Amino acid sequence: MGRYFRRKLLIYGVTFFIAVTINFAIPRLMPGDPVARMLNRHSVSNSESAAALRTYFEDVFGFDVPLWQQYLNYWTALLQGDLGVSVFAFPSPVSSVVLDALPYTIGLLVPAILLSWIVGNGLGAMAARSKWLDNSVLPLGYLLTAVPYMWLAILLVWSGGVLLDWFPAARGYSLSMQPNLSWAFFVDLVHHWFLPFLSLFIVALGGWAIGMRNLVIYELESDYSNYLQALGAPRRLVRRYAFRNAMLPQISGLALQLGVVVGGALVTEVVFAYPGLGSLLLNAINNQDFFLLQGILLFIVIGVLLFNFLADVAFVLVDPRTRLGLEGGQS
Amino acid sequence: MTTDAALNADVIGKRNEHLYFALRNPKVVIGLSIVLGLLLLGLIGPLFLSSSPTAYVGPKSEAPSADYWFGTTVHGRDVFVQFAHGLRSSYLVGFLGGGIAFVIGLTIGFTAGYRGGLTDEFLNMLTNVVLVLPALVVLIVISSYMEVRGVVTQGVIIGLFSWPWVARAVRAQTFTLRNRDYVDLARLTGKRSPQIVVREVMPNMASYLLMSMILLFGGAILFASMLDFIGLGPTNAVSLGTMMQQSMAWAAIHLGLWWWFVPPGLAITAIVGALYITNVGLDEVFNPKLREM
Repeated sequence: MGRYFRRKLLIYGVTFFIAVTINFAIPRLMPGDPVARMLNRHSVSNSESAAALRTYFEDVFGFDVPLWQQYLNYWTALLQGDLGVSVFAFPSPVSSVVLDALPYTIGLLVPAILLSWIVGNGLGAMAARSKWLDNSVLPLGYLLTAVPYMWLAILLVWSGGVLLDWFPAARGYSLSMQPNLSWAFFVDLVHHWFLPFLSLFIVALGGWAIGMRNLVIYELESDYSNYLQALGAPRRLVRRYAFRNAMLPQISGLALQLGVVVGGALVTEVVFAYPGLGSLLLNAINNQDFFLLQGILLFIVIGVLLFNFLADVAFVLVDPRTRLGLEGGQS
Repeated sequence: MTTDAALNADVIGKRNEHLYFALRNPKVVIGLSIVLGLLLLGLIGPLFLSSSPTAYVGPKSEAPSADYWFGTTVHGRDVFVQFAHGLRSSYLVGFLGGGIAFVIGLTIGFTAGYRGGLTDEFLNMLTNVVLVLPALVVLIVISSYMEVRGVVTQGVIIGLFSWPWVARAVRAQTFTLRNRDYVDLARLTGKRSPQIVVREVMPNMASYLLMSMILLFGGAILFASMLDFIGLGPTNAVSLGTMMQQSMAWAAIHLGLWWWFVPPGLAITAIVGALYITNVGLDEVFNPKLREM
């Protein structure tokens, strides 16, 4: 078990290191002058203030020292929680801008991921049992996994938000409200939350159902299932064993799929103008706010790594082989 | 000589058998015809359509009609012309991104699986790291720094970040194959490793490789459409993703211009879905156990 976790933690450490290095390297490797583009964006006409801004940005990027020194400085600032100042929401620091948006994204993502996983696994396991259900779940599942996240979101806004007018078509809460702890605000929040959540939930559902169906069928054909059946065990018992064995790859799949679902959440938020990281990302791109962009990348990487770690812990809890240091838990 | 000829006949016979079952598998036939039909539309369509996708051709915000098959945008651009050009860029990104990811994944997977040892440790670590990295966000950061973005560069960067699962699967398969007797024999004859991998190991997972190529192709198209939608699409071309982005930017949903945002998304869903279904069908073709008798 110790070896298993050490390995995982090493991978996460290296991933974090590489993500930070990418953040550092991209602005310096890309053709063109990011500082000039940021200044352009602000169209500062006054030459004096343009010069001041320029020295400020160059100072922040730290272009005046050798590259290795820049890299070290970058890490020091990062470890002190300093991600720079957002240009788009000047003068708030990037970390506070991102932290403001984070709860909305997490509120969308976590229920969507967990519910689609649970419902999808249930559906898939049921589909593996009945021909009739299989013939409908399988094609539908493939169709759903092929849908681009934003397109389903657009269709939901159009049908549920505009044509039927059952749900608000944009934003995280009504314009007339201020975020507070009242019941009315909570209802409003849930009302706005439902469509983006549904959109993410539906797209993710298909993949889980298909995966579970294939795994259960595979397990039912394996030796232990045949043996149990030959012993005269009730079908229910055999199915239960098959289901439990099929869960293992689905748990590690949960961690692997996360990157894709996060990407899906970002574009879904853009469609709904939902005030999470996705909309923030769009603002950062439109305003050429590179500090904010990199801050968002860093937060997402940390989130993904944390979630991966949780999935690893869950894996150890459900699969005794990893606990005992036997094969099974692939690194 | 004679054994060679016999071997060749055997190989051809096997290929024909796969082709025979592939052409009789409804999933493969339906899936491939959708993919190839849309590809044809993307390839040939723009040749017959005289106007450019950004030209203002007709009345503004008009519903689909005989003149404008998919209607026009708020600015009076022909949606069908954009659609045909967009299909072209989507397929190009799919081929490029999928192809590059396939080559990288194969190289890393075979090297790690065949060489083993420290090489494997390092490559496996690299694979796991790229696997955990949220690819879309990294792609967003990279593309936002590029002032000029083309369909080709987009395909390349997508390819650079979507190979890990292929590498992982190929590595695992190579592990199970590398100690077979025929591989040992090939090693005894003094062949070099790359040759052994290509001649002895690869043919044994050809069906698997074909299917992973299909999945990579579809994945690259989906990735590209998401990048385009966030506003990081090609600056010099129309794609299905940028069409959706434009329709959102000009409030097509609230104006009720459904013909602007439904076709591009539907086309992506159709292409990727058809690819998946082809994949399931091919699985039945290659794996006789799954064939319905």
